Amino acid sequence: MKTILSGQQLALTVKRLAHQILENNASLQDTVVIGLQPRGIFLSDRIVNELQILVTGGKIEYGKLDITFYRDDVRKSLHIANSTDIPFSLENKHVILIDDVLYTGRTIRAALDALLAFGRPSKVSLCVLIDRRFSRELPIQPDFTGKTIDTIISQKVKVCWKERDEVDEVVLI
Amino acid sequence: MKLSTKHLLGIKDLTRDDIQLILTTAEQFKEVLQRPVKKVPSLRDVTIVNLFYENSTRTRMSFELAERRLSADVLNFAATTSSAAKGETLLDTVNNILSMKVDMVVMRHSASGAPHFLAKHIPAAIVNAGDGINEHPTQALLDAFSMREKLGKLEGLKVAIIGDIMHSRVALSNMYLLRKMGAEITIAGPPTLIPKYIEEALDVRVEYNLKKALQWCDVANVLRIQLERQNQPLFSSLREYNLAYGINRRLLESLGKEIVIMHPGPINRGVELDSDVADGPFSIVLNQVENGVAVRMAVLYLLAGA
Repeated sequence: MKTILSGQQLALTVKRLAHQILENNASLQDTVVIGLQPRGIFLSDRIVNELQILVTGGKIEYGKLDITFYRDDVRKSLHIANSTDIPFSLENKHVILIDDVLYTGRTIRAALDALLAFGRPSKVSLCVLIDRRFSRELPIQPDFTGKTIDTIISQKVKVCWKERDEVDEVVLI
Repeated sequence: MKLSTKHLLGIKDLTRDDIQLILTTAEQFKEVLQRPVKKVPSLRDVTIVNLFYENSTRTRMSFELAERRLSADVLNFAATTSSAAKGETLLDTVNNILSMKVDMVVMRHSASGAPHFLAKHIPAAIVNAGDGINEHPTQALLDAFSMREKLGKLEGLKVAIIGDIMHSRVALSNMYLLRKMGAEITIAGPPTLIPKYIEEALDVRVEYNLKKALQWCDVANVLRIQLERQNQPLFSSLREYNLAYGINRRLLESLGKEIVIMHPGPINRGVELDSDVADGPFSIVLNQVENGVAVRMAVLYLLAGA
């Protein structure tokens, strides 16, 4: 087991991602944040908190998306859905999609498909904590990356959050 | 996690976990149905035939909508307009349909046990949409979903099931389901429409006085008087039934408490429910219909993945 990000590094990375998002979308006009269920939510909660501190005035529109019903392997194995909560339209909005680990790209493919059910966004950007590059099965790349790592298929990236796992850290198993 | 069964033949075969899983999944589908685009691609490689040997409006449309919302390909079959009218057997009909590469069969039949028979002989997953006087599992699931949505829980809930218990597949499925989920049940109706030994067999209470049953319950699930299934008259007239077991506004107001009124439809207005109750503030009849689509999506989704 190898530590990729310690608790302190993780906190700094989250702050940096929030700053980078803001740098590219000054004042977050017409921008919405969508976290991916289930595990992307821990990251998106924190990024939204950071953004809320940085952007005074105005509440950031923040939704949660579950992509279970859009998966391309429904008949191979059954997946249990989590809740989706997007109480606003995405029509002509810039969507910042947030997930913890980018691996094959299939989850993001499904998410792009799912987003269209809520309107036609003007743009979609992808923000991930860990990018396992060289493992992609689809042409999908992140716009904001916490850390890029090289891994082989037999390895596993585990992202732990204080809210659920008692510690903040990212490890490679 | 997945269902413990390959088919949905009846609530009798489901575990508590199965029921819980279907209801939670249905909640997610209910959210899908509030979206601007109310459709997901989950079952786009699945073909489903709706095999209806008995008339139906709500159930057939609800299943068909659920299938289409899941992007499945849908075939419809009605016995009256098909070769079944020329005497083709059930098994022949289904095998012919399945040879056209159909994955799931949703079936309604007037013979109790017809889907169970089919399940033994064909490889496709079967969903029972009502068989004779046996079970109507998706109705019980959507009833439970609606009760939970309205009152927050099933455990400890007091449910009165009122009317033609003898001929009602809705009643039997409801009783199985509610007992599995820890609700209490009282059934009420004329003695001729309540099977003997039902108290011992299904662990429910029987009450012949409608007002007492209503005073006891949180929810009253009122059944349709099924004239088409009665070979001999079991009560003297519809008017008499209405006087003894019909629910009207005045009766509800005399209870001194609010209860939720449910009905699986189609309503015989002026028989089991008067219009001032069916369309009144305590009725969740139309919510039941709305929830039916989400619950059936959950059932089809979970069976297709199994």
